[in-house]
Amino acid sequence: MPQTIDQTIIRIAEIIINELKLEDVTPETFDPDLDLIDEVGIDSMDLATIALVLRDEFGIRIDEDDYPTLTSVRIISHYINDKLNSDE
Amino acid sequence: MITVSSLLDDHWYARYKKISKLNIRSSIYDVTNRCNLRCKGCFFFSSGEDEAAAEEHDLGRWQAFIDDETRRGVNLAILIGGEPTLCLDRVEAFYRRLPTFCATNGLIKVPRERFPDMMVGLSLWGDEEDEKTLRGKDTFKISSANYQGDPHAYYLYTITPRQLGKTEKIIQKIRDVGLKVHMQLLSNDEEVDGFSWQAEELVAVRAEMDTMLDRYPETVISSRYYHEVITTGRMLGRQFGWQECPSVTEPLDRRQPRPKRLTNFIRWSSDLHTMHRCCTSETRDCSTCKDGAAHMSWVMVNKRDHIRTSRDLQNWIEVYEMFAKLYQFIPW
Repeated sequence: MPQTIDQTIIRIAEIIINELKLEDVTPETFDPDLDLIDEVGIDSMDLATIALVLRDEFGIRIDEDDYPTLTSVRIISHYINDKLNSDE
Repeated sequence: MITVSSLLDDHWYARYKKISKLNIRSSIYDVTNRCNLRCKGCFFFSSGEDEAAAEEHDLGRWQAFIDDETRRGVNLAILIGGEPTLCLDRVEAFYRRLPTFCATNGLIKVPRERFPDMMVGLSLWGDEEDEKTLRGKDTFKISSANYQGDPHAYYLYTITPRQLGKTEKIIQKIRDVGLKVHMQLLSNDEEVDGFSWQAEELVAVRAEMDTMLDRYPETVISSRYYHEVITTGRMLGRQFGWQECPSVTEPLDRRQPRPKRLTNFIRWSSDLHTMHRCCTSETRDCSTCKDGAAHMSWVMVNKRDHIRTSRDLQNWIEVYEMFAKLYQFIPW
């Protein structure tokens, strides 16, 4: 069943929290507009790891060239939804 | 959740933003198996890497190889050797395609009309006496004449235990020829007598490196945290070694659990096919490795572990800035 953008946001936040072992934050309280590089401090290796989990979760491939543009949970959510919709 | 801006004031946050998205992806290339010096303690020869593969002589193959490397995502080519300046056509093939750093003993001057802004790292192993003992000649006299005042060159000063108490004279010599210097420590691969670090010497050299940075901030490109990490081998309570090193050739990296590491990093032999294990000697004991770039990279790839306290994150920023300056991603 297709997910709403808000559901996608919560799921991606959950994945990032788990993968990065972030403390004192939940998927619901994670600010979807927080800059993942400038504020959370993730690097390209973190992004590559997260991209693999997202690929398995959503069945989409994230192009490595797109990594630099994926700077917040909201942007990633739209990116994934756009990919899913374009595949339909 | 701890965020970057919650740990930094405006000044430090601005510094962080200048480097946070650089995404440096380096690889290292043996340009040739030959050198015009034979230094005691040079890992390339002491571990037989000069005989690991036959050198590729076809310039067209080098050019095609470098094009493949750019497609692989490499955005910093670090040229070592042998002595890269013995093969300037190969160096130029890199320079025309990629941001390029060339390590050299400085005996041959890189012609600036061909390489106007290529960063050159000049190796220096101590004062005249140590240089003659370890390298057979005082290279500083020649390299400083070749590169005096060059804004795209700096000295890579490998400090040996015998340099304790003598580094200031070297730093002053470098300052006086209008160049900058980055300090690293000798890993005594050939076990030359008197050149292995003892625990108390590492404590002393750390203090001396700190003093040099404080006294000559316009000349010394370094950071106190780097001095701490390279002399103690410790970072955030962890010990440097094989299981932690980030500078392992990716296709050869079978470590589990996989440590934080340099993305896509490969150290290529000059046949353009053979890969070396890591950024330095394959025969070196990782627990005593003092490789400066590996220790810098160790800090850099562990950014999120430094997002704990303001001091930890500032330490990380200073090391990243140092690396970015040494390879011209940000200005001096």
